[in-house]
Amino acid sequence: MTNFSTEPYVVNIGPQHPSTHGVFRMKVTLDGERITDAEMVVGYLHRSMEKLAEERTYTQNIPFTDRADYLSSMSNNLAYCLTAEKLAGIAVPERGEHIRVIMAELQRLANHCMAVGTFINDAGAWQTPLMWLFAEREKILDLFEMTCGARLTLNYMRIGGVSFDLPDEFVPACRRFIDQFPGRLDEVEQMLLENEILLARSKGIGVIPTVAAINASLTGPMLRASGVAWDIRKADPYSIYDRFAFRVPVGENGDSYDRFLVRLAEMRESVKIVDQALRALPGGPHKVDVPLSIRPPVGEAYARVEAPKGELGFYLVSDGGTSPWRFHMRPPSLINLSLLREMVIGLTIADAIVSFGSVDIVIGELDR
Amino acid sequence: MNVLANWWDLRSLANPVNGLLGWLRDKGWDEIAYIVSGSIGAAAIGLFLGVAMLALIWVERRVIARIQIRRGPNRVGPQGLLQPVADAIKLMQKESLTPRLGDKWVFWLAPLLLFIPTVLTLGVVPFGDGMTVADLNVGVLFIIAVGSVMPLVVFMAGWSSNNKYSLLGAMRTIAMVLSYELPAVISLLSVVVLTGSMQLGEIINFQKDHNTWNVFLLPLPFAIYLIASLAEIGRSPYDIAEAESEIVAGYHTEYSGMKFGLFYAVELANALIIGGLFAVFFFGGWWTYYLDVIIPSWVLFFVKMLLGYWLFVWARGTVPRLRIDQSLKFSWQFLVPMGLLNVVLVAFEVALWYQLDAPGIILAPFAVINWLLTAGLIVGYVRLLKLEHTQTPRRLTLTEDVGIVTHVPAPSAAGYSAAGGSPA
Repeated sequence: MTNFSTEPYVVNIGPQHPSTHGVFRMKVTLDGERITDAEMVVGYLHRSMEKLAEERTYTQNIPFTDRADYLSSMSNNLAYCLTAEKLAGIAVPERGEHIRVIMAELQRLANHCMAVGTFINDAGAWQTPLMWLFAEREKILDLFEMTCGARLTLNYMRIGGVSFDLPDEFVPACRRFIDQFPGRLDEVEQMLLENEILLARSKGIGVIPTVAAINASLTGPMLRASGVAWDIRKADPYSIYDRFAFRVPVGENGDSYDRFLVRLAEMRESVKIVDQALRALPGGPHKVDVPLSIRPPVGEAYARVEAPKGELGFYLVSDGGTSPWRFHMRPPSLINLSLLREMVIGLTIADAIVSFGSVDIVIGELDR
Repeated sequence: MNVLANWWDLRSLANPVNGLLGWLRDKGWDEIAYIVSGSIGAAAIGLFLGVAMLALIWVERRVIARIQIRRGPNRVGPQGLLQPVADAIKLMQKESLTPRLGDKWVFWLAPLLLFIPTVLTLGVVPFGDGMTVADLNVGVLFIIAVGSVMPLVVFMAGWSSNNKYSLLGAMRTIAMVLSYELPAVISLLSVVVLTGSMQLGEIINFQKDHNTWNVFLLPLPFAIYLIASLAEIGRSPYDIAEAESEIVAGYHTEYSGMKFGLFYAVELANALIIGGLFAVFFFGGWWTYYLDVIIPSWVLFFVKMLLGYWLFVWARGTVPRLRIDQSLKFSWQFLVPMGLLNVVLVAFEVALWYQLDAPGIILAPFAVINWLLTAGLIVGYVRLLKLEHTQTPRRLTLTEDVGIVTHVPAPSAAGYSAAGGSPA
């Protein structure tokens, strides 16, 4: 059978596919089930967000950030507002800072619930862990709804603070949530952490070596899983993160399983931060009075936050007018995905899907 | 229980039929009796399949929902019981698309042919005392033979769809069935050697006569058959052939409307039948120690069947999916040698039994020996293959300092190459 001629087999995974988490397209060349080449196609959800933002005032741009990474809009709001405040030189009152931290960490919990759930779903556990974690995410969304009325595209933070003060019932409800959340996490870990099948499927799959991770500018759980202790909340503290005690989980192998572990461990750390912030929550105003249409001085500013997916930064250039002259985003989804081709070549389709699922992307942010 | 009881005695559902057939034979109409008995058997199986499929969709969705802390369908009819009917109506109304470049005839034929193994297998399943449509004396062989039609039909579906996902799914099915048919057959061989018969009724009678269930005597074949049958019918964790997150829906990606419904229904029915075969081979069929005196035998059988099915649903709601090469490796490396060893062991025991002309109580020490040997074999074999601790998860480092590299991962054998993309 040596003169048996075969030809490469090109399969489009996406843009409509159950595990591309939206409209991402991966054009893979197969030899049997093994991937010999892969091409990533992005841009199916491009909405020209950065250009549109140049026509709107600084405050009007906040809703755009909701729609970038729509699974963690609080973090996006925070990053954008921090940048605008840096540009305009606005200080946020203490209570506002605390609320921002609480919200950003709750958002991290919600995002990681989704990320872990869909990752396990991609590995083939038919929706059960996803549903368990979704139930927890729902409770977080309830907390958001209680505060600002929205559940997904929150538009909660404002330049100079947050749009509404916390309602009276928020603190006890949030306390109840973070008290029971680690128990739920235990259940998920019990089912999955040492599951032989999950280990077989994700250990050593989609490995990113440390050097490659740094060279490709990966951030967030992806970088930490590859063995680099890097967290902007500690490395370049923004808001009031330097006041809270928490640790940074770092993986060893840089594989899909470590990314999963890092996310689980991060959730536990986030719970600690929320707890501390709730205890330290001061009274006072939740925002400073900033006019709806601000005119920052001519200049530029870049501020970054540790968003659930990695380093989320905004770069704003002001020409002294009411709208930014340039509005640029550093989307962690896109940059974390840049190594996907190298990750999946040589793997089978099944492994490629697991590797892809472990990256945790949102197409809204990928394409903007 | 007396099979020739009065026809209104519904402890055996066969009684009314036997009453009718007896009356026909008394009249001397043997040919008519033959036709009537065949028709009644076919009708009963058809009715059972129809009702079972509708019921199972509901059971499956509700059980999975409970596992996933949801409610499941609860709107159509009481407790959502009519949901499968609504689903079926919806599927019938939908357009059944045929791929333009596909093989139309084969594409049409595949979902219909898929029913054949299902229906034929049901023909030899004893649903209760004396309630078999055809208790063939080669029943086990028949089930295996008929079951091997399945991969052919699946390949027809995958090939004729002219879809790459379908083809991949079909290929995976062939590989899976080839690998898992063998351990399934080997484990049933142990049952056949022990009971000395391929007839399903006789297998049950053996368990009844010796007051035992085969599962006590044959723990290893039970485990192997459980795994292999999961793989053969493609249920989680072996739903590799229709892995949703990887190849969309595998071989039935292109099917829509009622043709898709047929694939879906047959999948459920197969799971139920495997549950029934479990009951027959390992749990005494309709015979349940002293319970079958009080409870009708067919009720006991259905309960066991549903318990087996529930096990499959439970697995589906719990475990992730294996990769195809891992599952094939598991079959050839683990299940097949284990099964073969067990056949030798059982054959030796049976020979000893016959040689000594010993009473049936000798099965008790055999059971103990088999359980101990099973545990020993599994542990020993795992040691031999050095499967232990290779997958032990390592814990993360939790650090307060950032900006340092805590650990440099070793370059892996497969996957990433820093030079940018030559396959490993």
